[in-house]
Amino acid sequence: MLRFAGRRLAAAVVLVWLVATVTFVLVALAPGDAASRLTDPRISAQTRERWRREFGLDRPLPARYAAWLGAAATGDLGTSWLHHRAVTTVLGDALPNTALLAGLGLMVEIAGGVAIALVQLRRARGRLDSALSFAALASYALPTFAVALALIGVFSYRLGLLPPSHMHSLAGEQAHGPARMFDLLLHLVLPAATIGLTGLGAVARYLRGVLLDERGRLYVLAARARGCSEQRALLVHVLPNALLPLITMIGMSLPFLASGSLVVEVVFSWPGMGQLMFGAALARDVPLLMGATILMTVAVVAGNLVADLAYAVVDPRVRL
Amino acid sequence: MSVQPGWRQLPGRLRGGIVLLGALAVVALCGPLLTRDPAAVLDPAAAALLPPGASRVLVTLADGSTILADAARQDRGEWRVTRLGAERTIPAGRVAQVARHRFWLGSDSVGRDVLARLCAGGRVSLGVGALALIVALLIGVAAGLVSGWRGGVVDAVLMRVVDAALAVPTLFLLLFLAAILRPSLAALILVLGLSSWMGVARLTRGQVLSLKERDFILAARAIGAGPGRIAAFHVLPNALTPIVQDAALRLGDLILVEASLSFLGLGVQPPTASWGSMVAEGQEMLASAWWLTALPSVLVALAVIGAGLVADGIQDLSRRKAAAT
Repeated sequence: MLRFAGRRLAAAVVLVWLVATVTFVLVALAPGDAASRLTDPRISAQTRERWRREFGLDRPLPARYAAWLGAAATGDLGTSWLHHRAVTTVLGDALPNTALLAGLGLMVEIAGGVAIALVQLRRARGRLDSALSFAALASYALPTFAVALALIGVFSYRLGLLPPSHMHSLAGEQAHGPARMFDLLLHLVLPAATIGLTGLGAVARYLRGVLLDERGRLYVLAARARGCSEQRALLVHVLPNALLPLITMIGMSLPFLASGSLVVEVVFSWPGMGQLMFGAALARDVPLLMGATILMTVAVVAGNLVADLAYAVVDPRVRL
Repeated sequence: MSVQPGWRQLPGRLRGGIVLLGALAVVALCGPLLTRDPAAVLDPAAAALLPPGASRVLVTLADGSTILADAARQDRGEWRVTRLGAERTIPAGRVAQVARHRFWLGSDSVGRDVLARLCAGGRVSLGVGALALIVALLIGVAAGLVSGWRGGVVDAVLMRVVDAALAVPTLFLLLFLAAILRPSLAALILVLGLSSWMGVARLTRGQVLSLKERDFILAARAIGAGPGRIAAFHVLPNALTPIVQDAALRLGDLILVEASLSFLGLGVQPPTASWGSMVAEGQEMLASAWWLTALPSVLVALAVIGAGLVADGIQDLSRRKAAAT
C-alpha cells in the first residue's frame, strides 16, 4: 500500500510541476510583457523600465523560470497586482470558502444522483425511469449559470425565501455563534443546490448503468434465493459494489466541479477561488492568474490522489 | 452481409439527436430569411423589454426609413401614426408599406428583437462550438496517432502533457488563456480547441494501440505501406466510431463551455451575440424580463441534449452491430 501511495504521489508532483511550467511558458510567450500589457499608455518609458526590473523581466527566461519555480516551491507565488498582497495569502483566504461550497455541492450531487438512480431501478424501462433519464440529461445539459439564475429568480426574487448573493448578510457578518452559522447556511443553500443540480445528472446516468449491470449478477440471484428481499438485495448487496467505481468517477469529475463552482461563485458573489480567478482574468493580474490556476490544479490532483487511495483501500486489487 | 441501414432503421436516440441539432442549425442559419431585418425594427424608445408575443406596427416610408409605431390607421389619404402616445400624420404618398411586426420572443432592454438575436447568437454559439471541435479533433487525433504509433519517449512525454492539461479545470485554463491573449473570435475558437484536444488524443492513442498489432496492419506494413498511409487508410477508419461518438459529446461540452465563457464576458465580445452573452445581458432584468435569460439558456441546453442523444445513438448503433455479428 505504501509503495502504491508513494508512486501515485510522485506522479502527482510531476503533474503539478508540468502544469506550473506550462503556465509560466504561456505567460512568457504571450504577446507583450507584464509591464507593457498591464497599464495605460500615459505611463512613461522610465517607469516601465523600472517595473521591468522590479518584476525581474530584464533577466533571461531560464533564470526567471528557475527563480520563479524556486520561489513557488517554497510557497511564494509573488504579489497580486490587483490586491497588493501576497498571492498565497489572497488564495489562502479564498480556498476554504471554495472547499466549503464545492464540498457541500458535491454531497448534494452524490446524494441526489444515488437517489434518482435507485428510484429509476425500481422499475427499469418504465415511464418514471425514462422521465428521470431525461431529467438527468437535462441536468447535464443546462448551463450552470442558467440553473443559478433560475434558482435566484424563483427563490430570491419571486418567493423572497433565500439570499441571492454573498456569504453573509450585513447582520450575519457581525453576529457570532449559531446566528452566524445559520446566516452562512442560508447563503449556502442556493449555490450548493446549483452545483448539486448540474452535477447529479451525470452521477445518476452513470450509476443507473452500473446498477443495472450489477443487478443481473449471480451473487444477487444467490441473495434473492436465500430469501433476501428485492429492496434489501439492491441496497445491501448491489449498491456498495456500484459505489466503488463511483469513487473513481467522482475523482475524475473534480475538474468539472471546479469549473462549475467558478461560475456559481461569480453569479452568487461567493468569495472563493473561482471569483478570484474571474477578477484576476478581467484585471489581467498575471501572478494571481498563475497562482489560482496552479492551486486549483493542486486541489484537483490532490482530490484525485485521495480518490485513488480510497479506492485502493476498499479494493485491494488495484494496488498492483 | 451488411446492408446500409436506412434512416428509419437508425436508433431512435440517434435520429432524435440529429433532428434536434439539425433544427437548431437550420433556424440559426436561416434566421435572416425567417425574421425581419433587425435594424428595421430597432427602436430603443418604443420597443424596449416587450414580452414575447407583443407586437408593433412597422411603417416603412418611401425614402426607406422606418417608424416603429404603437398603431397606425389610414384616414382620408393620410396615415395617422401613434408612437409613444403622440400622433402624427403622414401623407399616404410618403408611406411605402405598413405591416405588423410581432416580437414572437419579446425584445431586450435596447429594443432588439430577441428571436432575430437568438438566431444570430445561434450561428455564433454553434459555429464556434463546431470549429473548436474541429481544432480539438485535428490536434487530438494527430497527437494520439503519433503517441500510439511511435511509443517510447514521444508517447511518455505526450501523455504526461495530456495528464497535466486534463488536471487543470477547463474554465480556469480558459480564463487564464483568455486573459493573456487578445480577445477575438478566432482566438476564442483556438483556445476552446486547445482546452479540449486531450481526451481525443487519449482515445485515439488507445485505439491505435489496440489496432497496431492486428494482422491487417501487419499485412499493410509487409507490403511496404508507410506510417502515414497506414494511419490514414487502415487505423483511422477502424477507430472512427468511438472517435465520432466522443466528438458528439465533446461538441456539447464545447457549446456549454463557450456559453459559460461568454456569460462571464471573456468569450464572444459585444456587440456580437452568442447565447451565453445574451444571458449575461439579460441577467440584470432577471426579475422583470425572464425571456432574456431563459430562452438562450434553453437553446444551449437543447443543443447539448441533441449532441448527447447523437452520442448515445452511436453507442446504440455499435451495440446493435456487435449483437448482430
